[in-house]
Amino acid sequence: MNAAAKGSGFVEFDRVQKSYDGETLVVKDLNLSIGKGEFLTMLGPSGSGKTTCLMMLAGFETATHGEIRLDGQPINMVPPHKRGIGMVFQNYALFPHMTVNENLAFPLEVRGIGKSERESKIKRALDMVQMGAFGNRRPAQLSGGQQQRIALARALVFEPKLVLMDEPLGALDKQLREHMQFEIKHLHESLGITVVYVTHDQGEALTMSDRIAVFNDGRIQQLAPPAELYEEPQNSFVAQFIGENNKLPGTVEAIEKGRVTVRLDTGELIDATPVNVTQAGQRTLVSIRPERIEFRPELLPADAHMIEAEVLEFIYMGDLFRTRLRVAGTEDFVIKNRNTMGQRRLSPGETVKIGWAPQDARALDPM
Amino acid sequence: MTDASAAPAATSPLITADGKPLKAALGRAQRRARRRALFLVLPLLLFILVSFVLPIGQLLERSMHNDFFSANMPRTVEWFKTHRPGTAPDEAAYAAVALDLQDAAKARTAALAGTRVNYDLPGTRSLFTSTARKARDMQPPYKEALIAADPQWGDPMLWATMRRVSPAYSDDFYLAALDRTRDVHGDIVPMPKDQRIYVMLFERTFLLAAGITFLCFLMGYPVAHLLAVLPLRKSNLLMILVLLPFWTSLLVRTTAWIVLLQREGVVNDILVWLGLIDNNHRLAMIYNQTGTIVAMTHILLPFMILPLYSVMRPIPPTYVRAARSLGATSWTAFRRIYFPQTLPGIGAGSLLVFILAVGYYITPALVGGASGQLISNLIAFHLQNSLNWSLGAALAALLLAAVLVLYWLYDRLVGIDNLKLG
Repeated sequence: MNAAAKGSGFVEFDRVQKSYDGETLVVKDLNLSIGKGEFLTMLGPSGSGKTTCLMMLAGFETATHGEIRLDGQPINMVPPHKRGIGMVFQNYALFPHMTVNENLAFPLEVRGIGKSERESKIKRALDMVQMGAFGNRRPAQLSGGQQQRIALARALVFEPKLVLMDEPLGALDKQLREHMQFEIKHLHESLGITVVYVTHDQGEALTMSDRIAVFNDGRIQQLAPPAELYEEPQNSFVAQFIGENNKLPGTVEAIEKGRVTVRLDTGELIDATPVNVTQAGQRTLVSIRPERIEFRPELLPADAHMIEAEVLEFIYMGDLFRTRLRVAGTEDFVIKNRNTMGQRRLSPGETVKIGWAPQDARALDPM
Repeated sequence: MTDASAAPAATSPLITADGKPLKAALGRAQRRARRRALFLVLPLLLFILVSFVLPIGQLLERSMHNDFFSANMPRTVEWFKTHRPGTAPDEAAYAAVALDLQDAAKARTAALAGTRVNYDLPGTRSLFTSTARKARDMQPPYKEALIAADPQWGDPMLWATMRRVSPAYSDDFYLAALDRTRDVHGDIVPMPKDQRIYVMLFERTFLLAAGITFLCFLMGYPVAHLLAVLPLRKSNLLMILVLLPFWTSLLVRTTAWIVLLQREGVVNDILVWLGLIDNNHRLAMIYNQTGTIVAMTHILLPFMILPLYSVMRPIPPTYVRAARSLGATSWTAFRRIYFPQTLPGIGAGSLLVFILAVGYYITPALVGGASGQLISNLIAFHLQNSLNWSLGAALAALLLAAVLVLYWLYDRLVGIDNLKLG
C-alpha cells in the first residue's frame, strides 16, 4: 500500500517555507505530495515544524513562500472555512456550551443543510464512532476517550475529503490510545478519506500510517512507509528517532558493493551496509537495532566480524530480555532478546562476543 | 465505593472499629479544624458585623421608625390613640398639645417634634418653637389660648398631619420616597405633581446606569478580547493602561473630564478651531447628563474589562479554529462559539458596573449639573442638608431592594454560579 498505487498529488506542498519572525525559517523548503486516500503521518520532535505544516494546510497559518495545492487547486489564499477540511484538535475543542448533537450539527448548519438531513447525518456519524446514545450529553459529561470519538465524528460528519489530526490521542492513557489507533485506522480504511496525522509518538506513527514523514529542523528527513523507515533509516537522525538504536562511531576502512567495513575508534572492525558513505577514510556512525544483535556465533554468517562485549546489566521485561553491554568504549550498548524457550540469559560480568548480519547495520552520516 | 461496602450502609449506620457511630467520629475529627478556621476569619466577621451589618440594620430601622414627635408629645399621641380619625379636636386635645409643648419647652425638644411635622407640612417647625415659647404662661381654655398664639392651630390639615406622624413606626417615609402620601382619610394618594421627584429620579438613575453599563460593555469587550489574545508582553502593557485609572484619584479623573468637556474646554476649543461649531454655540457637554455618562463610563470601564478578561483568557483559540475548520465564517465562529462562552464574564461585568453606577455619588455630584443628578445625590442631600434621615434611609433601602431584586433576577435567568469575577 504505497503512495504510487493510490495516485499522488491530492495534497501538494510545493517549495513551502514558513517564518514567524522574518529571521529564522520554521519550515525550510518543504516538498510533499500526499496521495488520495493515503494515511500520512508527520512525525517529529516538538519544534520540528510538523504542526506548522498542518496549520498551513488547515489555513490557520499562511505560507511565507511556496504553494499549497488541494486537489490541484492552490489554496494559499482560501480562508479556512472554505477549504472543507475536517480537523481533530489535540484537546478535541468540543464546544463546551453545546451538546454532542449540537456540536455535530454545527458544521452542517453553517453549510445550510436541512433539519432532517442533518439528523440522519449526525446519527450516522455517531453510530460510526459507537456513541449513538450520547447525543444529548455535554462534552464535560464525557470521558476523554468519549470526547475523542465525538471530536472524530464532528470532523467527519460533513464528509470532508481530507481530515487533519493534530496529536489527537495525546491526552489519552496508553491502553485507550492503542485502542483508538485501531479505530481511527479502520475508519480511514472504510471511509476512504485522506488523513494527515501529526504526532510525536513513533509507535503511533508506525502503527497507523501508510507513509511517515519524519520532520526535524524544518525539513523532512525521510519519507517512507513504516517498515522501510524502521529498517532502512536514511540518516542518523531518523535512525535515532525511530525505535531504539545502538550507535558506534568509526571510520570507513573498506567499501565494496553493498558492504562496508568500519574501523571503530577503539580499533575493532565491524560490518555494515553503506548508506551515507561513499569512500574509505570517511567518518561514519554505524547504527544497529538492539533486536538484530546476536551473541550466538552459530546464527551469524560465517564471514561476519564479531567484537568483544562485557555484560553490565540484565533487565527482565517479560516478553523481552534487555541487556546492557560495554562495547568499544560505550556503556549504553543494548541488545534485546525475545523470551523464547531455551533463550540464554546473560549475567553481569560475563564477557561475550557479539555480531550481526551486515545488512542490519547501517553506516550513516556522522552527527 | 464498591457495592459490597455500600450495602451495610443502607441497613444500619456505619460505625467505627470501636463501635462509635462514624458520623460522630467524623464530626469530632473535623471540629478542631473547623474551630481553627473560624478563629482565623473571626476578625473579619466582627469587622463586617460592626461596620456593615449593624449600620445597615440601623438604616433600615431608621427608615421606618421616627419618634421625634411621639417621644416629645406623649399626651397628644395618647389623645390621637383614643379618638377616631376625623374627630374634630376638642378642648382635651388642645390641652394635651399645650401641656406637651410646656414640657417640650422645658426640655428644649419642641424643635424636634416640629421637625417631624415639618417633613409632612412645611413651615410647622417654627410654629412649634414659637408656640412652645408662649406655652409656659398658657391657661385654660387651651383652644383659645393656642389659636390666639397662632391661628394655624385651628387648621384641620395641621391636626391631620399631627395624627399621621404620631406613631413612631410608619411607612410614611417609604410612601414619600415613592412620591406618595396619605390624605385626610388615610388613603394612599400620589403627591401633588410639583412635589414628585423621587420616582423620576429612580427611573433616571436606573436608565443612566443601564446606559453606562451598555457603553462599558461596548467599549470594554474588544479591549478585553485584545488583552486575552495578545502575547503576554504586549497584553501586560495594555493591562497597565486599563488599570492606570485605578491608580489615579477619582477626583483628579473627574476634574480632568471637566477640563476637557467644559464650555471653554479642550474639546470645544478644538471643534471651534476646526470650524465644526460656531464660537457662540459651544456644546454643553458637562454639568448635564452627558457629563455624568461620559465620566462614569470612563471610571467604571475597568470593572467591565477585568471580569471579561478573566473569562476570555482561558478560552483556548482552538475553539474558534475548530469552528472555522468546520466551515464557519469568522463572524459565525465569533457569534456562535466565542461569544456564548464569554457570557459569564458579560454577566459579571454588567452586574458589577450596574450596581456601582446605581449607587454612584461623587461623579454625578461634580459633573452632573441639575439633569445629571442621581438618586444617591438626593440621599446625600437628605442626610447632610435637610437632615431628614428617615427619608434618606427609606430611599437608600429602596435602592438596596432594587439591587437585590436585580441580583435575584440575574440568578433566576443566568444563574449566579455562572458569574465569574476572576
